[in-house]
Amino acid sequence: MRLIPTASQTVGPFFNFGLTADQSLGILARDGTPGEPIRLEFRVVDGDGMPTPGDSMIELWQADATGRYPSSGLFFGFGRLETNKEGICVFETIKPGAVAGAAPHINVVVFARGLLKHLFTRVYFAGEPANVRDPVLALVPEARRGTLLAHPVAGQPNAWRIEICLQGDGETVFFDL
Amino acid sequence: MMEYPRTKPGTQPEYLHELYRASVRRAPRQPLITLPHTICELSGPVYGHNPIGETDNDLTRHFAEAPQGERIIVAGRVLDEDGRGVPNALVEIWQANAAGRYRHSRDEHPAPLDPNFLGCGRAITDDAGNYRFVSIKPGAYPWHNHHNAWRPAHIHFSLFGPAFVTRLVTQMYFSGDPLMPFDPLLNGVPDPEARERLVSKFDLSLTQPDWALGYCFDIVLRGRRSTPFEENSK
Repeated sequence: MRLIPTASQTVGPFFNFGLTADQSLGILARDGTPGEPIRLEFRVVDGDGMPTPGDSMIELWQADATGRYPSSGLFFGFGRLETNKEGICVFETIKPGAVAGAAPHINVVVFARGLLKHLFTRVYFAGEPANVRDPVLALVPEARRGTLLAHPVAGQPNAWRIEICLQGDGETVFFDL
Repeated sequence: MMEYPRTKPGTQPEYLHELYRASVRRAPRQPLITLPHTICELSGPVYGHNPIGETDNDLTRHFAEAPQGERIIVAGRVLDEDGRGVPNALVEIWQANAAGRYRHSRDEHPAPLDPNFLGCGRAITDDAGNYRFVSIKPGAYPWHNHHNAWRPAHIHFSLFGPAFVTRLVTQMYFSGDPLMPFDPLLNGVPDPEARERLVSKFDLSLTQPDWALGYCFDIVLRGRRSTPFEENSK
């Protein structure tokens, strides 16, 4: 017997009380988590450059500082936040280690009103030497690779920022998994 | 080890579905880039940090008083593509109340909030992939997608299976709902069989006498067991 996977439907605009009421899911690194603590800010914008006000959601799945995906312990590697009215959400986590041949990166899922199914993307770190050898970045046309890079925030140590552009100029690279 | 075949065309909605107005400025226009599956896609989060509470799967017991509306039982199995139950999957649901109003600050539908209904719940599938919720039947509600637009009654479902690629957010509908043919979200799924799978079925065996009607909703996540390795005969 072969079953067809259930179809996706949009998360809609009213998911907050069901999925993102727990703000602690924005804090992946608790006290004592080994690694370099970072603050990672996302801003989600639509094809008009307008932020998605409170009706989009970001999920993260990442390796620990040694490059292992956690299955238990202090660090769970999973985060989830809704964007605020400026389309922004900020995670507190640690910089992931390099995973099996890939440069350090964070796996990202984007959900929003208007998206009938979620979008997969990745966050890499600008200036990371391993980026040039990353097999996934190598699949992306050079002109679009920059959309996957988080950049340091000036004047804020350990803070990184990335824009998720759903459509239009500078559209973020999304993946079919 | 599970295999994760790509989804079959037509069985999932496209990002751009013009009848769904919000997709027009939010759907990506560039082609997606296909990734091979590595440990990054085949691993997935575990939920030890946020244990399920005793009444988390009973949306009628979140307050001292019962909510208004028709009590229902929604139950089913979470399956893989081979029809095997997916154990230990987190299932989260959220929905409008019986009057069609969400407990959300931006829901402007002039229908009453129910002080005894929060409208969200969570469950973990058992060893055979079964889950079960008790709730009330959500009401239809208007939205601004087009003239006289009404969403059919539905419950939102969010599921985590064993891997990053099995993540699923969907909506469950109720069989016989006359609003379904007009709904651009449900009809954003091109394949009629795939649409039908989003519709729960009334189930007398789930129905409890003198208590609540039962609806069955099975959910299929991506993935199938790999074919058993066949040894070459000597």
